[in-house]
Parts: sequence; structure tokens; C-alpha cells
Amino acid sequence: MGETNFLIKLLGDNLITVLLISALPLGFLVVYALLAILGELKISAWMQERVGPMRTGWKGVLQPLAEVIKLIQKEDITPDAANKPLYNLAPYIVFTGAYAAFAVIPFSEFFVPSGINLGLFYIFAVGSIGAIGIVMGGWASNNKYTLLGAMRSVAQLISYEIPGAMAILSIAVLSSSLNMQEINKAQTGWFWNWFMFGGPGSYEKLWVIPFTLGLTLIYMIASLAETNRTPFDIPEGESELVAGYHTEYSGMKFAMFFFAEYANMFVVAAVLVTAFMGGWNSPFGSFLSGPLWGAFWFIGKSFFVIFVQIWLRWTLPRLRVDQLMYLGWKILLPVSFICFLFVSLFRMLN
Amino acid sequence: MINYIKSIWEGLWTVLVGMRITLLHLFVRNVTIQYPKERFPIPDGTNGTAMARNRLELDMDLCDGCKRCSRACPVNCIELDILQVAKGVEQPILKNGDKRNAWVPSYEIDFAKCCFCGLCTSVCPTDAIKHTTEFEYSSYKRSGTVSYYFDDKKDYDRGLKFSFINLTEAEIEEKKRVLAEFKAQQAAAKAAATVAKPEAQTEAKTE
Repeated sequence: MGETNFLIKLLGDNLITVLLISALPLGFLVVYALLAILGELKISAWMQERVGPMRTGWKGVLQPLAEVIKLIQKEDITPDAANKPLYNLAPYIVFTGAYAAFAVIPFSEFFVPSGINLGLFYIFAVGSIGAIGIVMGGWASNNKYTLLGAMRSVAQLISYEIPGAMAILSIAVLSSSLNMQEINKAQTGWFWNWFMFGGPGSYEKLWVIPFTLGLTLIYMIASLAETNRTPFDIPEGESELVAGYHTEYSGMKFAMFFFAEYANMFVVAAVLVTAFMGGWNSPFGSFLSGPLWGAFWFIGKSFFVIFVQIWLRWTLPRLRVDQLMYLGWKILLPVSFICFLFVSLFRMLN
Repeated sequence: MINYIKSIWEGLWTVLVGMRITLLHLFVRNVTIQYPKERFPIPDGTNGTAMARNRLELDMDLCDGCKRCSRACPVNCIELDILQVAKGVEQPILKNGDKRNAWVPSYEIDFAKCCFCGLCTSVCPTDAIKHTTEFEYSSYKRSGTVSYYFDDKKDYDRGLKFSFINLTEAEIEEKKRVLAEFKAQQAAAKAAATVAKPEAQTEAKTE
């Protein structure tokens, strides 16, 4: 564990270090969430030829801060008819599910909070905790819209989780590891060594590239559904369900849901980057590579994926529930099986 | 099977087309006008543009009190009184050089009623009443009166009734007095004339 974590190397293996390691992603998350909210506001505005927030700070850069302060000041309302323990617990469970995944995200060659061997599996396991929180919140709010949102969320979970898991499984096959750091190390070198482009290998790997690209696409689509973002924001479709499962939430608890959504966006982007886009590896071989550059590349690639998510959000309309089911079960699942089959074949032949 | 693959391809392709469109729009200049800082140009009658129909203003030095505006107004938002000029005693002229026929001791436009149709401006013979480009006025009071010539012209907090009188109370009293005197004089002259006439007639008869 020591060689994968510079903090343990520096400060020794004690309680304070462990606390620091677990707090570091949270600090990153807060800064990232502010940036992502600003990015969402500004990119959506620019895509619609508006200017977005302009009054808070220089060109509105302090807008996310103002929004957070506003949310903290809001009254915290618990409906009379709500099941109070479940209602109050739900946002924290959703956030815990999102934050737990940060435990295995390799930010750099020398910083991964916990270098466990089951990294990818662990992310998929804790990634589903969020859905439990959503169902809890939707059910406990005692409101038909929240309940519908929660039910849709679960229906959606089953549809996208399997193709997403198949895509990740192919990566486990390609890298013969579930450890996030090992997967990253397997993709060292130029960008054509990324698993997106079939992983390291000679010209023989050319025929497998379409399949790995397809898997990248499948994971991208599945991850959009996992974060409840447009075009898969069925659980919180504003025009149909008021605000979906968090209709009854206000103030800090709503902020928690909001925060969890952005944390989840980063988690799926990080998994996509780690599994398919080389993680902290520089795209240009040994050029600009190193522990700090690694963090730069990792966060930079993740932010690019988040940009694509935002981009898609302002491009596509929301899918209907049955359209999502069709996409999940009839397109993503068979295609991911085929891709998985050929990737395994490729692995066997090599 | 072919349809299945075709539809997948079509779905992917159309998403890419949509993404291309939104990406291009990302780099297009935005069309927002940051309103209080920047303003949309309002047509003000110059450069061949028509005049925008916003708040009215009245030039009292041009108004002859003909009441055509008041009569043309479909919502009766213009109310005015006139006072005849004592001709002979004083000889006031309008800004455009014509003789003034009447003083206007009270002229009020209620902008809470005004519908900005512009009929008053089209019937005004001296172009005294005109539209301005000013549209940003609102008030918590509807009936308070703002004096256009004596108050701050943008003091909408007082109300939306605008008074366009440029004479002071004392001046109005003075004009009234002058007119009354003049009328009394005229009446006296007339009486004198009527007294003189029959005398003349009787004189003629007797002759």
C-alpha cells in the first residue's frame, strides 16, 4: 500500500494519515463540484447563445458559491406525512454511495486512497448504494411524484448496470486485473495503448479496436444513466415528475442530493478514464508524465468526460421509460455481449 | 437484423449530428443584451426610423390649449383646463411664433391609464405633445402627481399622474385676474355701447 500512496510514505501509517487520505478526495470534491456547477451553467448558456450568470464576481464565476450559500440558508422542511428517519437518512446514503467510490479512484501513480485489488468491482458495488438512497428518499417523502421517480430510478438501474458491468468486465479481461492501479499501469505509453484503442499490442490488435471503442461507448451511455443525467434523467424528469425523487427535499438535504449527483458524475468519469482512457498516463508516452502530471492528466481527462456529459445534456431530449428499457436491454446488452466475446477471444489468441 | 443495425447506426449518427450542432453553437457569439447595462436601440424618429410609442411629454410653450388631444384620447387620460388670453392687454406668442389664444392652467396626463396609442400626438396642431423614448417608469402610487416642469422629471415615486404646467399658482391667479378685469372692461364697454346705441337711435328718430 505504501508505494501507491505518497501520504503514507511521507507521514507513516497511522490514524491521522488515514483520516487525511479519506478527507483529501472530499476537499477535491468540493472544489470540483463548484467548478462543475459553474461549467454546467456556463456551457448550457453558451450552447444556447446566452451568457449565463454574469453578476456574481467576474463574469459570474462566483455563482456556484452563491448557490451553495443560498442552499445552506434555506429552511429545512420535513413533510408531516414523511417517514422521518428514512427521509432524513436518504440524502446522506446517496452521498455516501457516491463518496465511497472515491476510495479506489487512482488520482495519480502515487495517490490512490486505497489500492485494493477489487477496485473496479468495488466501484460497481458501492455505485448501486445511491439507488437505495434514492428509493428511500422517494418512498419516505410520501408523495406520488417522488415515489414514481424512485421506482423509475430502480427500473433504470437494472437496465444500465448490466451493459456497464459487461464493459468493465471486458477491461478486467484485457488487463487481467480488477485493481485500478494495475489497469492504469497496463496502459502506459502513447494513447494508442489505452484500452479504448485495444490496449498495448502490435498490429494484431487492430481488429479488436472497434469492439473496445464500442465498449467505451456502452460504458459512457451506461454511466449517463447511472448519474441520472439527461438523456436518462427519467427519475427526476422535471416536466413529468416535478423534480422526481427529491421533490420534497429542501435546503441542505437537497444540496446533499445535488452534491451526490456531481460526485457521481466524477466517479463515472474517473472509471471511464481509468478503464478506457489510460487514467493518469500521459497520452504522449513518457512526455509530461510523472506523479504530478499524472494527477493533471487524470483530472483533465475526467473533466473532459464531464464536459461530454454536460454537452450531451444540452443536446439530447429525455428518453421515455420504455425507450430506456429498449436501449438497455435490446441494444446495449447484446452489443456489449458481442464486444465482450470478441475481446475475450482477442485475449485468448494473444 | 439489418434494420436493427441500421437503427443503431442511425441513433448514433443523429446523436453525433446533434452534438455537432450544439458544439458549433458553443462558439457562436451570444445574443444576450445585458439589459440595464446595455440597451436595445429604441427608434427615436431620427435616421428615418419611426418614433417608438413610449411615455408622452408635452411642451407647454407650444400648447395652445385646443383640447384636441383630450378629445382624441380613447381612455380619457388627458385632462386640461384653459383660460382665455386677455387680448389687447397682453400679446403672448407660442414657441413657433403663433399667437397664443389660451393659457393652460391645468394639464394632466395619467400614465397609469395611458395606452400609448399616439392619437393625441397625431391630432396636435403644434406638435406640442410627443412620445419620448423613456419606458422605464413604474410607481407604487398611481394617483400622485408629478410636476413635469418643477419636479425632477424622473420622480416616478410620487405617482404616475404628470402635470405639465409651467405657470406658478401666483401667475395663474394673475392671469385669471387680468382676464376677469379684461372681461369686466369689455362688458362695461359693451354696456356703454348698448346704452349709447339706443340713444343714438332715438336721436335719429327725433331728427
